[in-house]
Amino acid sequence: MDLLLQQLLTGVASASGLFLVASGLTIIFGVTRIVNFAHGSLYMLGAYLAVSLIDLFGGGHLGFWGGVILAMLAVGLIGALFEITVLRRIYQAPELFQLLATFGLVLVVQDVTLLIWGPQDLLGPRAPGLTGATQIFGLRVPVYDLFLIAFAPLVLLVLWLLFNRTRWGILIRAATQDQQMVTALGVNQKWLFTGVFFLGAALAGLGGAIQLPKGDANLHMDLQLIAAVFVVVVVGGMGSILGAYLAALLISLIRVLLITNAQLTFGGIAAWQMELVSMFLVMALVLIARPWGLLGRREVASDQRSGTPEPRLRPADATLRIAGGLLLVVLLGLPWIVGSYFLSVATEALIFVLFAASLQFLMGVGGIISFGHAAYFGLGAYGVGLAVRHWGMSMEVALLAAPLLAGVGALVFGWFCVRLSGVYLAMLTLAFAQIAWSIAFQWIDLTGGDNGIIGIWPPDWASSVTNFYYLAGAICVIGLLCLRHLAFSPFGYTLRAGRDSPLRADALGIDVRQHRWFAFVLAGVFAGIAGGLFAYLKGSVSPETLSISLSIDALVMVLLGGVQTLTGPIFGGALYSVLKNELISLTNYWRSILGLIIVLLVVLFPQGLAGAAESLRGRLGTSR
Amino acid sequence: MTRISWCNAAAVAAAILVSSGAALAQAEEPIRLGEFNSYTGFAAFTLPYRDGWTLALEEINEAGGVLGRPLEVISRDDGASPAAAIAVANELVTREGVDILFGTLLSNVGVAVSDFARQRKVLFLAAEPLTDTLAWSHGNDYTFRLRPGTYVQAAMLAEEAAKIEDAVRWVTIAPNYEYGQAAVAAFKELLKEKRPDVEFVGEQWPGQGQIDAGAAVQALEAANPDAIFNVTFSSDLARFVREGEVRGLFEGRTVASLLSGEPEWIDPLGAEAPEGWIVTGYPWYAIDTPEHDSFLKKYQERFDDYPRLGSLVGYIALHSIALAMEEAGTTEVEAVIESLRGLTVESPIGPVTYREIDQQSDMGAFVGRLTVQEGMPRMVDWRFAPGSEYLPDDERVRELQGSD
Repeated sequence: MDLLLQQLLTGVASASGLFLVASGLTIIFGVTRIVNFAHGSLYMLGAYLAVSLIDLFGGGHLGFWGGVILAMLAVGLIGALFEITVLRRIYQAPELFQLLATFGLVLVVQDVTLLIWGPQDLLGPRAPGLTGATQIFGLRVPVYDLFLIAFAPLVLLVLWLLFNRTRWGILIRAATQDQQMVTALGVNQKWLFTGVFFLGAALAGLGGAIQLPKGDANLHMDLQLIAAVFVVVVVGGMGSILGAYLAALLISLIRVLLITNAQLTFGGIAAWQMELVSMFLVMALVLIARPWGLLGRREVASDQRSGTPEPRLRPADATLRIAGGLLLVVLLGLPWIVGSYFLSVATEALIFVLFAASLQFLMGVGGIISFGHAAYFGLGAYGVGLAVRHWGMSMEVALLAAPLLAGVGALVFGWFCVRLSGVYLAMLTLAFAQIAWSIAFQWIDLTGGDNGIIGIWPPDWASSVTNFYYLAGAICVIGLLCLRHLAFSPFGYTLRAGRDSPLRADALGIDVRQHRWFAFVLAGVFAGIAGGLFAYLKGSVSPETLSISLSIDALVMVLLGGVQTLTGPIFGGALYSVLKNELISLTNYWRSILGLIIVLLVVLFPQGLAGAAESLRGRLGTSR
Repeated sequence: MTRISWCNAAAVAAAILVSSGAALAQAEEPIRLGEFNSYTGFAAFTLPYRDGWTLALEEINEAGGVLGRPLEVISRDDGASPAAAIAVANELVTREGVDILFGTLLSNVGVAVSDFARQRKVLFLAAEPLTDTLAWSHGNDYTFRLRPGTYVQAAMLAEEAAKIEDAVRWVTIAPNYEYGQAAVAAFKELLKEKRPDVEFVGEQWPGQGQIDAGAAVQALEAANPDAIFNVTFSSDLARFVREGEVRGLFEGRTVASLLSGEPEWIDPLGAEAPEGWIVTGYPWYAIDTPEHDSFLKKYQERFDDYPRLGSLVGYIALHSIALAMEEAGTTEVEAVIESLRGLTVESPIGPVTYREIDQQSDMGAFVGRLTVQEGMPRMVDWRFAPGSEYLPDDERVRELQGSD
């Protein structure tokens, strides 16, 4: 009983920290619909700034709390500044495009933090007066835990008052429900959004500063936290602050339970093996039972979508066919044009183009956002890895295992996912990707764990750079053409009908859900093919092929190219992959340069590169 | 040459000028080596490492280079991921034309690159990865490893732990991946060998960088152990120490902790470093040998900073390769590999030999107890534990090499 109480207190204390950060994210999303990947970076900045400020003020009550509050405000200002300079320019861009800008910010902040504060972890200063432990029923409980337990509900209360008892809060809630109406009523929506960004960012900064007495400021805390915070927000229901608190409690308490009973096994799986993946399991279960999270409001199924309406997909006209033909000729002749190093870069780029194209098929044609598309890329890679390692298969056969395993994975995961919509669906795909990742990471006998499977090299006939380039290139080009063909097949048209107008499509007797499910499987199969080739390119498979960061890379490639054009992934995939490869060998500041380039492209080409190219073509066409 | 970082370029240029039998040296084509590590991903450990090999590079070139030619190191970030590292390795080998590589920190990166080295027949000296699969189950003729691996360091701690009579009930806490698992397995096996009466009554496996320290400390406490074996590091270690201190987990208990005497991991804790822990590490402030004094002095003068273990590793790694080429009399890969097998290099912490059987160096480590002096963590009562005394014997190595 005593132990149970202690566990409860520990769980609630860690939930409090999680909630503070998550509340900011849920507010930002609820109002602006921006999926803010940089929220973890703001949290990290909060921690670093607080360490420096507290150090500057020399500790003491005033120094500590003054430092925390100033750090919070400073991070709020950074968030607001980012909103004003970058995001404000791209609110009219297609859905999710803003995510790209926030991803760019993540990369820049990582380098800037390293530059300013140096590589070493900075131990967090302790909160004066809250350092020791106190006895509760004969158990030692850290005083700071008790403080956190009380502090989070206090923040919850303040936010509730802010949103329900102030004019600003009422306007915000109105904007959340109907942005156009609020604008029509003469409210300056711009500053409303800036204010929201300030508040959300400040809460992230506060979260980073307030956790210092329990830990430190380090360069990994941004990405280590961001997934957990997204999970909390989605489980709670996006936009619901109370929901975020409940979700944080649920997730933290389950985690504590698993840690306390680490050695308990269910069906051969120990509790400690569940710890890493537990929050994603919780999220999957919650979303399957409640598709809008615990307290989220059911989004009205409407034909309205945020952002500008996308242009209609058209079959290739003569210009595009000629351009495609030329590109093909260049690809065929590439081994005579460039050296063998660039040829291997090109091979990698082609593989990523196919990967991005499979995601674009899902997002652009199917209208299904995926945050976990690496799952199918990784399953493809592991299909190859397992076939080689356990059955000693040759490359010709093993490459078939890639789409097979990825397809089966997509069949199972997709069945659940297509029951949801929007960001909830996207987060469920992420949950499944993380489940797949955790199996690959922990089922060591099968997958080799984090060290992965090595020794996956092509046979002699395909092992030269040129031959492998032709092999992988041929498969990727055929895959791209297949995806293009599918988009203009009756299946593709039906899929787009379901995307643009689920209600009307339904009324026409189309089973929208089933079409989406098939699209999911198809996208998985093509991602799997790319993953299989990737395994042979790298000679090894490791859990990183299933990781969140690769899923994000795929999103970045698609958004960079332009979601609504089938040529987009070719631009986006090739550009991102070549750029990253080149920058990494050019400079140790590759992250910030890549981030700045992304932000710049986002501001210059809010329709994506292919979108920009097409509108340029359109303009040239009319002027002629 | 265009892609080398300015710092290195300047260093090489300076070295060329200094070593001048000038005209001759300048005419000589430099020997190029490829180097890569997680400089952006894990800067705390890798930047001191870079300073280490930079110092070695300057020394070598000031002394006239290798085989009469200046040495040039082309350094890259490895992206802290196997796939990115393979791309970088490929770039170094294909575009830059190097056939000797060294570096890497993460185990999965090291393993992937070692297989790349085997496939492309280039020499790879894995400087920092701790995984023993590099030397044993996944070992190959093209891969050497410098740093003492997980098994050796766990063996050093097991030896010390066995001496503590009243530590019978043990619990373990280690990050949930190969490094943590291998360390706990080795520690358990070796301690049980020496002390059959010891029992292990609980274990915790937090995700690397994801520890819920409060809950983990509670769970360990609930098992009511006499002693704790810790493998967590970095910010997990800071959190674990803080929660453990507040909740009294360490009071009256023995703690053995892997790597926690290495400045890169323990110095961030400052005055809060736990006292009395048995650790492996690097007490750079107290090693009193002429070789180390000279290294320390040069390092501090050059970088205005004190060396970390990574600095030592980087320094020895580059000297090893230079010596192997010098001894081979050529830069041809197979000959350098042949020369590196069984080669002994003089280092600031004594001679280091690359064993022929598994191409693992017998670099040792320092074992001692943690304390705090003048606000900084320090190791006391330490001794140098030579790697050769803890590495498995040939028969066992062959067994391990056969397994997968």
